[in-house]
Amino acid sequence: LRLMYTATAMQSKNVGASGPEKYTEAFIKKQIEEFNLGKRHLANMMGEDPETFTQEDIDRAIAYLFPSGLFDKQARPMMKHPTEIFPEQRKIQWGEDGRPFHFLFYTGKQSYYSLMHETYEKLLNVQKYQDQLTAQDHLPQKEKRNLAGSRWLTKIELEEMLLEKLSDDEYSRFIQLLQKLMMLPCGDIEEKYIQKFSKEVPVQLQKVVIEPLKYDERGVAFSTGEGTRKTARATAVVYDNGTGKITVNGIDVLHYFPVLQDREQLLFPFQFLDRVGKHDMVCTVSGGGRSAQAGAIRLASAKALRSFVTEKEVEFMRQAGLLTVDPRVKERKKPGQEGARRKFTWKKR
Amino acid sequence: DDKLLSEPLSHPDFFNVKELFSLKDLFDARVHLGHKKGCRHRFMEPYIFGCRLDQDIIDLDQTMQHLQLALNFTAHIAYRKGIILFISRKRQFCHLVESTARECGEYAHTRYWQGGLLTNAHVQFGSGVRLPDLIIFLSSLNNVFEPHVAIRDAAKMNIPTVGVVDTNCNPCLITYPIPGNDDSPTAMELYCKLFRMTIIRAKDKRQQSEVFNELR
Repeated sequence: LRLMYTATAMQSKNVGASGPEKYTEAFIKKQIEEFNLGKRHLANMMGEDPETFTQEDIDRAIAYLFPSGLFDKQARPMMKHPTEIFPEQRKIQWGEDGRPFHFLFYTGKQSYYSLMHETYEKLLNVQKYQDQLTAQDHLPQKEKRNLAGSRWLTKIELEEMLLEKLSDDEYSRFIQLLQKLMMLPCGDIEEKYIQKFSKEVPVQLQKVVIEPLKYDERGVAFSTGEGTRKTARATAVVYDNGTGKITVNGIDVLHYFPVLQDREQLLFPFQFLDRVGKHDMVCTVSGGGRSAQAGAIRLASAKALRSFVTEKEVEFMRQAGLLTVDPRVKERKKPGQEGARRKFTWKKR
Repeated sequence: DDKLLSEPLSHPDFFNVKELFSLKDLFDARVHLGHKKGCRHRFMEPYIFGCRLDQDIIDLDQTMQHLQLALNFTAHIAYRKGIILFISRKRQFCHLVESTARECGEYAHTRYWQGGLLTNAHVQFGSGVRLPDLIIFLSSLNNVFEPHVAIRDAAKMNIPTVGVVDTNCNPCLITYPIPGNDDSPTAMELYCKLFRMTIIRAKDKRQQSEVFNELR
């Protein structure tokens, strides 16, 4: 019998296919000890007190000792606490003898499924308690709980809490379970548990406060307003019991704005409120061009007039667009084009 | 240490699992009830006692024998500190199975089975994973009434399986099938109780034997 030589393929290890490498508890502990030791050494090197050496001091010290011109902040030398560098989920989940720590380890998503398990257990407890109460006829009536001030955790927040990736379907299932738990009459028992997964939404009503009238030495009521348009910034002071005199930067309006269009812009708020000859105005304006300055003063005077006028008329002014800042600014020129929008002349050949 | 492991193997029923259940218990828990005649699987015919008004009745004598073998086997695995994985894809009993596994100190998987859990474990979990040494199926079908993927995967990875097979299941690839009902709550509670008691008993026996050895 002749020995047949057969070529056996060497089992080549695909190193990349095994996923990110895992870290043991002992390894992380050692890293933390080394970090603390290194922190004290660094403090000694910099001549500072090792006891009160904070993370910002460490960052400054490293930036001083290892200057780097690299653009990406993440690529520069850094010294941070190991819990920030080694992500939590990469720790090895089983002990010395190979037995995993968590009883749902083999599902893949142990934290999410254990959360579902716990929530379902709470649901069963509540149902059992409810049945007991029904047997004794003590069932409490459900009061409508006000849900306006709270919201559930978002999917991303839940992922951060569990340190695991979730799919939309799984997230929606969890939220449905929580809602079911909350809807039960005796769901108040598990209030604390549910609160872990809900967040307060701050009330966002920001009513614009209209400033009250101020009185100067002569006893005349006045109020101030500020306005902007393109690059122009203006402040206007509107006085009561006036004759319709307007002064801009110390110059009379006829001399400062020779063009009729600009003067009409200034007149608009007063005309709208039928107070054309009743107020005096003193304004200061800088920046921008002729038309932009006029628009800025218009906005400033409208804001100042809010104090003299009823709330309904303020609403009318707002709807007329007198109180809105004009967002249009000069669009930047792009490379490869003549201007912001104009392209270079297209030549066929 | 060698004696510790070889001693239980010399007795046919070292952990005395026969006393944990009786035929009456199985009957009261409605383990003998199968599905209708139309759902019957061809390979389950040897285990069926008969058919009454179109509903199959499982032979409880055979169930007793199979159950005794399966419980004995799980006890030996638990004695030798093996990893046991409970699988059931029945939504009704998901919580029950998970609580049983937690009380035993073993593991459970009653959720959606990702394809490469056993066969691609080194990629999914990490390089030093230890796979389960025994898989117990408390219901061997998945939600679409097809054989659970884990039966085939366990056979591929040389992992012995114990499974409760109903009249519409395929008992082929399961090493220790237990013909019985997997749909009634009473039957499931009985199985969970039996497995829990055997595993705890085996673990206690192991601890006692180790203490004995230490004292000597």
